[in-house]
Amino acid sequence: MGSSTNKPELIVNGKRLDGRAFDELRPIKIEAGVLKNADGSAYLEWGKNKIFAAVYGPKEALPKHTGDPEKAVIKCRYSMAPFSSLEEHGRSGPNRRAIEISKVTKEVFENVIMSENFPGTEIDIFIEVVQSDGGTRAAGITAAAVALATSGIPMRDLPYAVSAGKIGEHVIIDLNKIEDNYSDADMPMAISPRTGNVLLLQMDGSLTRDEFKQAVEMVKKAGQTISRIQREALKAPYEKISNKYK
Amino acid sequence: MQSVNSIKSAYIKEMLNNGVRSGRGFMDYREISILTGIIPNAEGSAEVNLGSTKVLAGVKLDLDEPMPDKPNEGNLVISAELLPLASADYDTGPPSPEAIELARVVDRGIRAAGIIDTESLFIEEGKVWSVFVDIYIMNYDGNLFDASTLAAVSALKTTRMPKYEDNNVIREGKLGKLKTKGIVTSCTYAKIGKSIVLDPDGDEESVMETRLTIANDDTYIRAMQKGLSGSFTQHEIEELVDTTFEKSKSLRSIINKLSD
Repeated sequence: MGSSTNKPELIVNGKRLDGRAFDELRPIKIEAGVLKNADGSAYLEWGKNKIFAAVYGPKEALPKHTGDPEKAVIKCRYSMAPFSSLEEHGRSGPNRRAIEISKVTKEVFENVIMSENFPGTEIDIFIEVVQSDGGTRAAGITAAAVALATSGIPMRDLPYAVSAGKIGEHVIIDLNKIEDNYSDADMPMAISPRTGNVLLLQMDGSLTRDEFKQAVEMVKKAGQTISRIQREALKAPYEKISNKYK
Repeated sequence: MQSVNSIKSAYIKEMLNNGVRSGRGFMDYREISILTGIIPNAEGSAEVNLGSTKVLAGVKLDLDEPMPDKPNEGNLVISAELLPLASADYDTGPPSPEAIELARVVDRGIRAAGIIDTESLFIEEGKVWSVFVDIYIMNYDGNLFDASTLAAVSALKTTRMPKYEDNNVIREGKLGKLKTKGIVTSCTYAKIGKSIVLDPDGDEESVMETRLTIANDDTYIRAMQKGLSGSFTQHEIEELVDTTFEKSKSLRSIINKLSD
């Protein structure tokens, strides 16, 4: 959501600036297990976004007072590289935006991780955005879910996330950077696909009740594609091995 | 963990004493690969894989003010982050002394070798370009010094130069390259017991007593840094300088072959 001055035309001939239909996702590619030291990791390209996610743990909660005798504590750090945007060199270290995103991301995974299995421990989730083009929190959650699954930490579900939004009259899915800057609404959501439960919901802009319903439906439809790509990424390393012995 | 480390430590030392290093000679690098231009949003970028060590460097250029003591020169700012996703031993928070040492050693090599001509970054009075090089450690398996210098130099060598027109910075479209001169690389050695090895991996670094990094171009030594509490003899250092001039040839040729 940006100012409406100098607002570029975001929809031309019924198509979005990058040629997508209103309900079309950008291309998504996920590779699991890319970082050797991490207990689980994933690299994700979502349009021009490039994101690494890594998971460490469960391990002893430190400092000790942060631990919980009944369950694992989930910690999350979302951060954007200072060279990740086409604009100026960013400031390093998490800013207020990154700290909020880290918090809501952590809450998504607190819902699905079976943390009661690991009392007194912590599970660390790190999300590093090395190139950004809008929708990085959703992409980060989608990548982190794959990293967690790769680590073998038991989860009730494999959540996905994507943003819906609005340009003029049109409800659209998966806003890129320029759409995000000038859209009339932006609504990132994370969903647990097995139950359909909403694990993350943020929104700013303006949506009617009907537009809101339409946006949620669009998120769920896109979610089928995203979930499939996540599952394929998890299977790929094993398919490689089994193909070798065919 | 401590007991595992002492077993591993004894094993690595024993092997080296018997003249054996796992998988390579004492003065061999692990496999090196460099990819450039991987972050198109950045003006320059490179990913270096040195064995399992993975380092990403990104370059951004911004309009800035010159330093008061150098009014006709732009700025070069090199920083390094030991990202918590790179190792279970790295924490979140402000840069550790290790990260700062790493950035400063890489900086010294690049600055001393004159890779960037800071006078060419002058725009007009009170206005210069600042070149920011951010070194991101993505996976740790030893020898961050050499991997980071390779990543930073490769990223700078393939950096496009934004234009400054009518008070606007133009970062896209047809752009020239950032002016650079020469190539600097570094060779890092670890001393473990009586042995000295080039390009220590993570296990070797966990048992090394001391470390020496020598950065050079084709003519001069450009930067050196000895680390940790052990020591080298003068003779050892002289030999390592000779080895560095020999070994750096192949590192420079990797950078020379980079396409952009």
